[in-house]
Amino acid sequence: MGAALLEIRDLSVQFFTYQGVVRALEGVSLSVAEGEILGLVGETGCGKSVLARAVLRVIAEPPGKITAGRVLFKGRDLLALDRRQMRRIRGNEISMIFQEPMSSLNPVFTIGNQMMEVVTLHQRVGRDEARGICLDMLRQVKMPDPDQVLAKYPHELSGGMLQRAMIAMELSCRPDLLLADEPTTALDVTVQAQVLTILEELTRSRGVAVLFISHDLGVIAQLCDRVAVMYAGKIVETAAVAELFAAPRHPYTRGLLQAIPRIGRGREELAVIPGSVPGLVDPPPGCRFHPRCAHRFAPCDRQVPALFEPAPGHHVACHLYASGESR
Amino acid sequence: MEPIIAARDLVKHFPIRQGFLGRRVMHLKAVDGVSFHVNRGETLGLVGESGCGKTTVGRLLLNLLGLDGGSVHFKGVELSALQGRALREVRRHLQVVFQDPHSSLDPRMLVKKIVGAPLEVNGLARGAEVVRRVKAMLAEVGLNEEHVYRYPHEFSGGQRQRIGIARALITGPEFIVFDEPTSALDVSVQAQILNLAKDLQRRHGYAYLFISHDLSVIRHMSHRIAVMYLGIIVESGGAEELFGEPLHPYTRALIGALPQPDPAVRRRLSTLPGDVPSPVHLPPGCRFHPRCPEAFQICSRSAPGLREVKHGHWAACHLYS
Repeated sequence: MGAALLEIRDLSVQFFTYQGVVRALEGVSLSVAEGEILGLVGETGCGKSVLARAVLRVIAEPPGKITAGRVLFKGRDLLALDRRQMRRIRGNEISMIFQEPMSSLNPVFTIGNQMMEVVTLHQRVGRDEARGICLDMLRQVKMPDPDQVLAKYPHELSGGMLQRAMIAMELSCRPDLLLADEPTTALDVTVQAQVLTILEELTRSRGVAVLFISHDLGVIAQLCDRVAVMYAGKIVETAAVAELFAAPRHPYTRGLLQAIPRIGRGREELAVIPGSVPGLVDPPPGCRFHPRCAHRFAPCDRQVPALFEPAPGHHVACHLYASGESR
Repeated sequence: MEPIIAARDLVKHFPIRQGFLGRRVMHLKAVDGVSFHVNRGETLGLVGESGCGKTTVGRLLLNLLGLDGGSVHFKGVELSALQGRALREVRRHLQVVFQDPHSSLDPRMLVKKIVGAPLEVNGLARGAEVVRRVKAMLAEVGLNEEHVYRYPHEFSGGQRQRIGIARALITGPEFIVFDEPTSALDVSVQAQILNLAKDLQRRHGYAYLFISHDLSVIRHMSHRIAVMYLGIIVESGGAEELFGEPLHPYTRALIGALPQPDPAVRRRLSTLPGDVPSPVHLPPGCRFHPRCPEAFQICSRSAPGLREVKHGHWAACHLYS
């Protein structure tokens, strides 16, 4: 794995709402190496989408605001760039695909029109050349009849086809980093398998790094090199994918892994994490997971746990690991 | 043993009107000849991708949609033959828990009303007795008695789904349809609801039809499983046999496409070519043949019927005829 392509340091994002200040991200640090697929996993409202949007600085402001931190991309702090410089990064060097391909595309323009607009905007090519690039990309995402697809409107394609068109569009400008926000969540399993396979092949062969956001631990396990687990606006654990699934350290990660039904386990009782995800207007003090944690002890409700490294490359934010290697 | 619910050749076609004044009528064959039964204390899992008709099947069983063909028997009594009071009397034994706990609870009703209404509608209880039974029911599904005087928005998604379950159980049903009850929930909360549903079944012997697109959830919940594709059941059998030795190529593809939460068994996900065809223009012959990796000549010409390939394990595929 190469050097850090993206390095997020102590990033905090808040949303100022009538209900109060939502602390969506608090002191999040994360890095993505060149060509690496990093999985970001967490439940609804944990801040994983906000993190991706903060990297591209597409958080609605107001109500949102990046209140602290740095986002270093190839050593440059994206948060310090002006609008014009940032526009040159978006789509060119960092691209993003979203969960709902239908709502990311304009319904009144054809796929070809929208794809070619992206290509001509970011690369100095004429229309014919742009068309050629689009056709080539559509072929690479295994789209049948790419010529016809270009002439179609978004509603004429299925969800899986649209998501493949989105991948083609986003990768056409040869970005170094792709932010993929739950790109297969709205798809059926067999279609999800198609899209994941194509996404992995294309990004690996082109050396594109991916920040892959998902709530699905199965998808994460199959696709990613490294995994970061988020809970209530904080990263609680990061590790190589094999290590994280084989030896999860944070009680939340363990709970998640035990709570998923698995095909091989039959009808056994599932382990449960009691309670539900806290609101982020008034998150629990100390460790944000402590009200639901079975292992909580004295410092948990008072002190925010630091990041410990119980094994090389394995980071966990939990007081259990304060004194080196405990359980 | 007589099954609690027996469905025979269920058919539901939705008309789609197009053309001038909507005179050209086509039919979306949502459910096209589906049969199964569910026994007491048993869960039948109904799995399939979006648009396969699984939700429509659930609604047909409950008489929430009218049948275009076939019959539903509850303990031997045909539902379509019943009317008025007799139908209402039977219906309280058939209940449903919906997918979205946000839209299936009236935001302007107190929990007391939401959970208690079925008692009043069916004339099972009145006044203070309703409140007493609602409280007992809330305790049964893991909520508190004080929750009686709260509104749905005061609850989390998981708690709301518990309210939905309480509403379904309060009339003392024997058969409950769970229509994707955890699709809108996070995994940590999903586990709570799945455990609750199983626990209630163990204690009361309910028969469940559990509808989901999620194979792992279906495997976890079901004793027997039926796999649907484009309005028909393509395979059914015991959960263990069906996952251990899937017969139909579609079932195999579904299982093979499921990403396992274990990086140690990383493998190439099996992919099917193309998308699910429109249920308005069904392919001739076997409905799965345009995407089937094992299709041969006969598949595009004649539709295979369900056959019992092994004891209790059925498949609708020419490979086994």
